[in-house]
Amino acid sequence: MRDVAVIGVGLTKFGELWDKSFRQLISEAGAKAILDSGIEGKDIDAMYVGSMSSGRFVGQEHIGALVADTSGFSFMHIPATRVEGACASGGLAFREGYFSIASGMNDIVVVGGIEKMNDVGGSSATETLATAADQEWEAFFGVTFPGLYAMIALRHMHEYGTTKEQLAQVAVKNHKNGALNPYAQYQKEITIEQAMNSTMVAYPLGLMDCSPVTDGAASVVLCAAEKARQYCQKPIKIIGSGQGSDTLALHSRRDICTLDATVHAANMAYKQAKINPKDIDLAEVHDCFTIAEICAIEDLGFVKKGEGGKAVENKITTLDGTMPVNTSGGLKSKGHPVGATGVAQIVEIVTQLRGEAGRRQVKDARIGLTHNVGGSGATCVVHLLEAV
Amino acid sequence: MDSNVARFWRQIPQRYNLIGNQCGSCNKIFFPPRESCPYCRRKSMEKMHPYQLKGKGEVITYTIIHVGPKDFEEQVPYPIAIIRMDEGPQITGQIVDCDYHKVEIGMRVETTFRRIQEDGYTGAIYYGYKFKPCSVD
Ligand SMILES: [Zn+2]
Repeated sequence: MRDVAVIGVGLTKFGELWDKSFRQLISEAGAKAILDSGIEGKDIDAMYVGSMSSGRFVGQEHIGALVADTSGFSFMHIPATRVEGACASGGLAFREGYFSIASGMNDIVVVGGIEKMNDVGGSSATETLATAADQEWEAFFGVTFPGLYAMIALRHMHEYGTTKEQLAQVAVKNHKNGALNPYAQYQKEITIEQAMNSTMVAYPLGLMDCSPVTDGAASVVLCAAEKARQYCQKPIKIIGSGQGSDTLALHSRRDICTLDATVHAANMAYKQAKINPKDIDLAEVHDCFTIAEICAIEDLGFVKKGEGGKAVENKITTLDGTMPVNTSGGLKSKGHPVGATGVAQIVEIVTQLRGEAGRRQVKDARIGLTHNVGGSGATCVVHLLEAV
Repeated sequence: MDSNVARFWRQIPQRYNLIGNQCGSCNKIFFPPRESCPYCRRKSMEKMHPYQLKGKGEVITYTIIHVGPKDFEEQVPYPIAIIRMDEGPQITGQIVDCDYHKVEIGMRVETTFRRIQEDGYTGAIYYGYKFKPCSVD
């Protein structure tokens, strides 16, 4: 297996982008990544794109070819493949791109992630997101996506004494980071009171515990590490990649409060990289709901099971804490265009490891982790990146 | 939800009568019924037998849905829970016949047959199980 490096990154603004189409968003992110990398179109061996549900959000399937076409590569006949794993689609597309170079089949690959969620109404977007849950044995009975995470939250509170205030502190921290990110949907800090008293969505989770509905796209260029320096001054090496699956329905899991797919994916990535959680300088984790960030820092091994709430309260995960989490603002504040999220997490870590994160730069960042989840935890993908 | 009739009709035995299945190799019980046992896999092939659940269990976690899906909008706020059935399987279902403030973890519940949702487009009404507090245990 060959080493692979990220040599270019590109991101669109995240938000309610009424004046931008699906095609414009993915072309913009791809073009930025390609220009950033120093490669040319003729160098691209393959493309992978992650999207959860372009079919339901914009009525368009078959977007592998569409993305190559709309990016101007139709007459080069570049192999272009879509990858789907609900909200983990972007992370999975990145992993497929990585494999295709590590295997020796390709030298240079462009990976994209996109979701254009605001072309359908809010309730329709919510329904589409709910298709990531078990349609026949969860959704049929009226449970919503926030409802599933609310049940994780309530059990976590019951078993470990996690508080609503600790959940709120996750939102406050992520908005504080998002305020420093020019690409974020919400570049605005919120108070603990606002986070605690927001409109109830699914008890105990309020609106401020939930990530928003977002349009956006992200892209990265991957290259065989041995060739990376031909194009790029600061290649960022992929040192670990892991993925795991679990029961589609939350109710069938071994433990309601643990995402075993995360534990599995993380262990796979740590083993490959020959590192342990202590070696990591910063992480982008899948905070689709505030409780999800608390579970993530436990399941990734940053803190012991049950101590996630306390860790947030003790400010371990803030920008200047010992383990900064979601320096981009996370899904909560940066926004969560589901298929784009996993790729956007890579963009943030690469930006940090290059030392180009401006006001939200983590000092001396050398190793970063990304954690991208599909559904209520049935799919998880983890990556480890290192500045070389 | 875009439920279609055949898809619903196929699940009537499970949703109406709480019929799961049992692995003939390790005796674990599953609901909804599985094609194979995830613990025994090939040893369970051809050995998954129907199993009638008694319908009693305990709430292990719950939520109150305040923002519901389209077909449930007129029901909000409503409590929904994950229930550990006495036979072992865990099931998601609504809690009824109980003030939603009174739902709690550890509460004993039993199944009751109710209307689940009405398809606003076709007018079809779907039935299935919900849970109510146990009368006698
Ligand atoms: Zn078995």
